[in-house]
This record gives sequence, C-alpha cells and structure tokens, in this order.
Amino acid sequence: MPVTELQPKTEPAQHQGRAMLAVLLCTFINAASQAFIKLGTASLGEHPTMVETAVGIFTKPLLFTGYALLGASTVLFVLALRKGELSLLYPVLTLGYVWVTVLSAVAFHESMNPLKLAGVTVIIAGVAVLGRASKA
Amino acid sequence: MKTPLVSIAWVIVGTVIGSFGAVFLKIGAGHLSRSLKSLLTNWRLALGIGLYLLSSVFYVIGVRNGELSVLYPMVSLGSVWTLLWSKLLLEESLTKPKFTAVGMILAGCVLLGLGSQ
Repeated sequence: MPVTELQPKTEPAQHQGRAMLAVLLCTFINAASQAFIKLGTASLGEHPTMVETAVGIFTKPLLFTGYALLGASTVLFVLALRKGELSLLYPVLTLGYVWVTVLSAVAFHESMNPLKLAGVTVIIAGVAVLGRASKA
Repeated sequence: MKTPLVSIAWVIVGTVIGSFGAVFLKIGAGHLSRSLKSLLTNWRLALGIGLYLLSSVFYVIGVRNGELSVLYPMVSLGSVWTLLWSKLLLEESLTKPKFTAVGMILAGCVLLGLGSQ
C-alpha cells in the first residue's frame, strides 16, 4: 500500500490552532502524570521487580493515577493529530519536560539554576514560534 | 560520572523508534471512526502506541548508566526525526517556523541538560 493512501487528511493551518491547544493541554497532563508516577514509585520500595512494578500500576493509587493520566494524554494527542500536522504538533510535546523541570523545582525542591531557567525560556519561545505558525 | 557511548546509543535509537511511533499515531488518527470495531482493528494506532512504549524502554535503559545532562538533549532529537518523516512519509510542508522552533527546542534542551549537571 502506498504511503499516500494511508495518509489522513490534514486541515489548513488556521484550523490547527485548536489541535495546538489540545497538545498544550496534553503536556500539562503529561507532566502531572510524571509527578504521580514519581510519587507512586516511592511506595514500591527500594528495588521493585518488574512484576511488582506491573502489579503496582493497578494496586497503588498514585501509580494508577499517573498511568491513567499518561493514557489520557496519549488519547488527547491522537485526537489532536486527526486534523493537525505531525511536524507542527510533535515538537510541542517537549514542553512536557519544561513543566516537569518547573514542577520539580517547585514541588520536589530540586535545584533551579540560571542554565535550566534559560533552557525553559528558550523551549517555550520555540513552541511559541510554532503557535504563531499554526495561526498564520 | 561519564556517560558511556552505549547509553547514548540506546537513547538515540529510542528517539528514532519514538518518532516512527508518532508517524503511526498520526496515520492511525486519520482512520478513527465512531465504531468500537474500527478502533480495535486500527493496527496503525496499535503499532504507534507499541513503538512509543518500546522507545520508553530504550530511554530507561539508556538513562540507567548515563548522565541526564548528556541524555536530556538527545531526547529532543525525536523532533528532528519527526520533522524528516513528516516530510518524507506524510508529505507535510517543512516551513521556516518549524525549523526555527525545532532549533530553539534543541538549544533549550542542551541548556536544560547543562543545568542538570
């Protein structure tokens, strides 16, 4: 089957603003899921086996919430992809790292320094460039 | 702690697998309809999710023996591959803002990595 037959219809640029917002929401949900997974991992003990981890995903509320949110963010990303361009939306996912870095500093008291702050700023600015392009 | 080349290789291969995962998610998303049967038989979507999960296994293995400061920026390479596949396989247009944005995101991830040392 030629690739072009597999290819879904992509909407014109001005219709991609909504897809863009959906992916933005996606990155927030993703960062929240990482936080829940990090908190939940602590309840697994020092060196959990793969089976203990797999069972824990369903029995530990924090882990379950984390993975449920991860699933939700994936569903949202797929829905956004229905009408949005992959080359426009995929790079936006990097924002997830930004929120994790900010969240780690605020909630988990990990260090924040000028280099990290500069990184966060440059990534947000880069995504803003995509945001403008989606509405152009 | 020095990052072994093997760890870097795991992460880079992970980003390539992840970018193909994204391509299949995109193709699968185009075949969504309201029936449950079509969702369950959407192999493109299933393959996309499978490749995503596989790529995260590669990251975990890579990060285990490497420094986050080196590996962090590598992860953003996924955006570069995805740009390439979007053009070659999905026939999306590669515009200047997309190149600029991915360049800035790469630079930002390098800074994040340096800050995580």
